[in-house]
Amino acid sequence: MRSLREIFWGMKAGAWLGWQIESNWTEPFLFAIYSVIKPVAGVLILVFMYLVVAKGGLANPLFPGVFLGTTFYLYVINVLSGISWSVHDDREHYGMLKYVYMAPMHFYGYLLGRGAAKTLVATVSVLITLAFGIGILGVPLRFHNPGFFILAFVLGLVALSFYGIFLAGISLLIARHGWVLGDVVAGGLYLLCGVAYPLSLLPLPLRALGYIFPPTYWFEALRFSLLGQGLHPEFAHLSPGTLLLILGGSTALGIGLSLLVFKVSERIALRRGLLDMQTMY
Amino acid sequence: MKGAKTFLRTVFGRAYPRFIGVWREKSWVLFDVFLPFLQVAAYVYIYRAVGAPPEFSGFVVLGGAMIAYWMNVLWSMASQLYWEKETGNLQLYLIAPTSRMAILLGMALGGLTATTLRAAGIILVGTLFFRIPLRVENGALLLGVFLLTLVALYGLGMLLSSLFLLWGREAWHLSNLFQEPVFLFSGFYFPVRALGFWAAAFASIVPITLGLDAMRQLLYPELMKNFRFLPPEVELGILAGSGMFFIILAQRALKFFENLARREGRLTLRGQ
Repeated sequence: MRSLREIFWGMKAGAWLGWQIESNWTEPFLFAIYSVIKPVAGVLILVFMYLVVAKGGLANPLFPGVFLGTTFYLYVINVLSGISWSVHDDREHYGMLKYVYMAPMHFYGYLLGRGAAKTLVATVSVLITLAFGIGILGVPLRFHNPGFFILAFVLGLVALSFYGIFLAGISLLIARHGWVLGDVVAGGLYLLCGVAYPLSLLPLPLRALGYIFPPTYWFEALRFSLLGQGLHPEFAHLSPGTLLLILGGSTALGIGLSLLVFKVSERIALRRGLLDMQTMY
Repeated sequence: MKGAKTFLRTVFGRAYPRFIGVWREKSWVLFDVFLPFLQVAAYVYIYRAVGAPPEFSGFVVLGGAMIAYWMNVLWSMASQLYWEKETGNLQLYLIAPTSRMAILLGMALGGLTATTLRAAGIILVGTLFFRIPLRVENGALLLGVFLLTLVALYGLGMLLSSLFLLWGREAWHLSNLFQEPVFLFSGFYFPVRALGFWAAAFASIVPITLGLDAMRQLLYPELMKNFRFLPPEVELGILAGSGMFFIILAQRALKFFENLARREGRLTLRGQ
């Protein structure tokens, strides 16, 4: 019970601090513009790529699935990079990691809280991008199966948070390049998980990796629930229940693995005195 | 004479860590070639999914290589004085009996050299992996466009670094903001003409816009007939002019913002 309370306090403190760091560097109005411009520009790149070459432009049958994948990918980049970056940021830039660690709260909960702040920022961006897609680009989004959407969405977010913890564990041990660790993994997932194109285009070994990584199924589940169809023909026969089962199983596995890696990394970091490492990198 | 010697020594001294870092810290190959390549590969597959001609993959690889320069300008030029402030080096720069422009020039030359290796890696890996057709007909003009793009780009970087001198975390977020929107408006992944003439003209503030358009025209003349923004010779002239303009402006801006930052006591503020 005490442990749960410490995790909650850690999460609360982490979420509050994360939100302050994300948002209080400027006026709320400028922050709102900043939150809109980045994701919309990312989607517009795809829009122009389609307009330049795709048969039918935005009416191309692939576009809605690609749009949806790219929009929800904002969670991947924000949550994965955000949690691992917070270790690097607190330790290298603010020199606060050791104090955070010593504070009477759960460190794991604190990192999840930092992830929650990033999730909030990502949610604002996703909602704006979805509104832009529906209102301006005419993407036919609607709830085909709201219950399925909620379950899949939450499972995916939980999984992403724990992958972030996994990376945070590794970040505890590395200095150089620790700041791009989340970006590297998120970039790999963008390539391998069929976010913006059918997986069948990838060479076989890469495609196989795509089938292994759970976000592939998360994106496909979101497409099924919001578009009524997926992007990858090979998953067309999967029922919502099967997709949820795959997501649930892989999330449980991810949680277990992240806990293990984080614990081991934490122990090594403590033993080697890495919690207050400052390399100016 | 002594002043010139000090200037050159400063340029070399500031460029040195960036030269030497390339050889000492070999892990950059993984992070600075592999990471951009992931993004390049994803965009190539997006084009392949809609049946685009293979030249479009070439557009993406070239754009990916130029992104390495833009990221270097953003994070290692524009934001550099912010990082120096955070690590406590900025005041040492300012009390050093040398030209600030020499420091910026050294940063630019060092960054440019290191980034050229990265960009070459991205082009090499991308071209080989995706078997991208490349045919150079006017090598001299292509080289001229490329070099002048870099001069103008790093001139812009020097200008931005002086503007960023005043800021704290805003500098970090501003650099972050100048990623996707600039990738969009400068046409890193598609011909900039698709945005319309006036939008492309506006985007030409970032020299890579014109550089990429000219290089694509020189590498893929047939395909670019339909997407040409301006003739490459005109773009070359604009790049030469903007390069000089940015460098002169950077010198003035640096003096102005340094004085302003001194007056407002922001030169040693950390963790803002």
